[in-house]
Amino acid sequence: MSARLDHLGLGFVAILIIAAILVPLLSLVVSPDSAFYLPPYLVQLLGKYLCYAILAVALDLVWGYCGILSLGHGAFFALGGYAMGMYLMRQIGTRGVYANPILPDFMVFLNWKELPVAWWGFNWFPYAMLMVVLVPGLLALAFGWFAFRSRVTGVYLSIITQAMTFALFKEFFRNDFGFGGNNGLTDFKDLLGFSLQAASTKAALFSASAIALILAYAVSRAIIGSKYGKALMAVRDAESRMRFIGYRVENYKLFAFVVSAIIAGIAGALYVPQVGIINPSEFAPANSIEAAIWVAVGGRGTLIGAAIGAIAVNFAKTYFTGAFPEYWLYGLGLLFVLGTLFLPKGLLGLALRGSEPKPREVVSVDAVEEGAEP
Amino acid sequence: MSEAGSPSLTQTLLYLDGVSVSFDGYKALRSLSLVLLPGEMRAIIGPNGAGKTTMMDVITGKTRPDEGEVMFDGRHDLTKLDEAEIATLGVGRKFQKPTVFENHTVEDNLLLATKAPRSVRATLFGREDSETLQTINAILATTRLTDHRARIAGSLSHGQKQWLEIGMLLAQDPKLLLVDEPVAGMTDSETAATADLLREIARDHSVIVVEHDMHFVRELGVKVTCLHEGAVLAEGTLDQVSADPRVVEVYLGR
Repeated sequence: MSARLDHLGLGFVAILIIAAILVPLLSLVVSPDSAFYLPPYLVQLLGKYLCYAILAVALDLVWGYCGILSLGHGAFFALGGYAMGMYLMRQIGTRGVYANPILPDFMVFLNWKELPVAWWGFNWFPYAMLMVVLVPGLLALAFGWFAFRSRVTGVYLSIITQAMTFALFKEFFRNDFGFGGNNGLTDFKDLLGFSLQAASTKAALFSASAIALILAYAVSRAIIGSKYGKALMAVRDAESRMRFIGYRVENYKLFAFVVSAIIAGIAGALYVPQVGIINPSEFAPANSIEAAIWVAVGGRGTLIGAAIGAIAVNFAKTYFTGAFPEYWLYGLGLLFVLGTLFLPKGLLGLALRGSEPKPREVVSVDAVEEGAEP
Repeated sequence: MSEAGSPSLTQTLLYLDGVSVSFDGYKALRSLSLVLLPGEMRAIIGPNGAGKTTMMDVITGKTRPDEGEVMFDGRHDLTKLDEAEIATLGVGRKFQKPTVFENHTVEDNLLLATKAPRSVRATLFGREDSETLQTINAILATTRLTDHRARIAGSLSHGQKQWLEIGMLLAQDPKLLLVDEPVAGMTDSETAATADLLREIARDHSVIVVEHDMHFVRELGVKVTCLHEGAVLAEGTLDQVSADPRVVEVYLGR
């Protein structure tokens, strides 16, 4: 499977490179009358799908290759998003409703006099970008350090990751917490001086998302391809065996978990300027579960499958929530059940089927044959 | 230790003294004592529930004893270390049920087991050197798996999996190998070949073999320790042990 998967991976990267070039051309150069014209709202929508795809790749790295079903990856995504949102908030400056050069509108509204320490430095882009990777990364490091050291695995780990995102969800809702409460952060004006309303900025953000997806895939692929990756998969398949041959299993899990959280944070940071808002609902437990569904539908343990699943499911979501809004959740549930029952390896597994012998069946036949002869 | 003139601790490879383990009141080990010298191969026999597997769990750090001393190489207190640390010291373990990495190739199984730095950084950035490859090739030949090196381990036969697991132990190059029922489910010829393989391994490693199969133990021709209800019942050659009336009673009296 892996040789064909590598081929598909090259195709996947090629398509993304083409998209990164073609989409801006179709949006900016092609005349609006042309059939090939891509309106900015579509560019924005596609960019959003790519951000979800990055999140899916991040989740697949830990779930597909290390067996850690995180149901809290939405939290890392949201934290990256908030870090970007804070930068964008501070860029608004005097253009806000209250025209306060330092304090974002919601702080003026709450009658705050000083900028909270957590917001310091966020007017400086490199600092904000550092926080995009540092905050999710450190949370994953602290969380994973305790969880993996205590040997929390399987469904118990999934539950505490849900609890983690739910706790953040509750916390970010509070006005006192200092991140805009219920309303979150919005009304962004510009990013690095470029207006977020401009079609060119939207196209650039799309291309940036495509490049980030390529990088997320490439980094994950390199990790999986190393001896560390082999060890990681061995941890997934037989954790205690790995301990008995001398591997510090918790460190292996922790590294993958932190890398994954950082990738998820970057995805969130690219997502926020494209959708124009970040609020506590991004921490909702359901979001993280939905991300797991994308990966399951696309095919876990393939990276590309996860990305394809994220794009396919969200495309379907956009369509169905428009066409039959009340049935979408049933549809999503059905998709998950049917996918689990009939497509254990997801859409990508379906595409790759037929090219590979089925290992499980070979096992039994082989074992009987070889066991029979002395 | 009552017999064999009690060698001093520093001469021993493995030294268990007065080890007791209980699970919810059930005493799996009752003041078990056992001494293994460097280079020695020892067979452990005993009926089900005698404490053989618990003893292995204690030595490899999976189970902490309630009391007693477990020393490795005369200076490492194994009761204070975890599985990975004990494995790094040079204790390898083969489980009763073959546990190879089913989704990895035979070669990758050996690669993961090969003695090499185990840190994340080392495996992430390290490259396999030719020495590692030679070790793997040699082990593939010893375990007769050369033709199967690229196969997914999950597709191997039961006997081949047992051998691959022994091969992984060799790749670890431990000072002490703990082997739990290596011939369970094997054909007679596979059993004989496994006995040859273990004797070969015992030339430069210390080995503890837990086995039910008396025929196999006889073929190994090594000192035998019989466990019963978590303690040593008898120790000596297989003929001495099987002539011991208490051993006969334990085995036949049930």
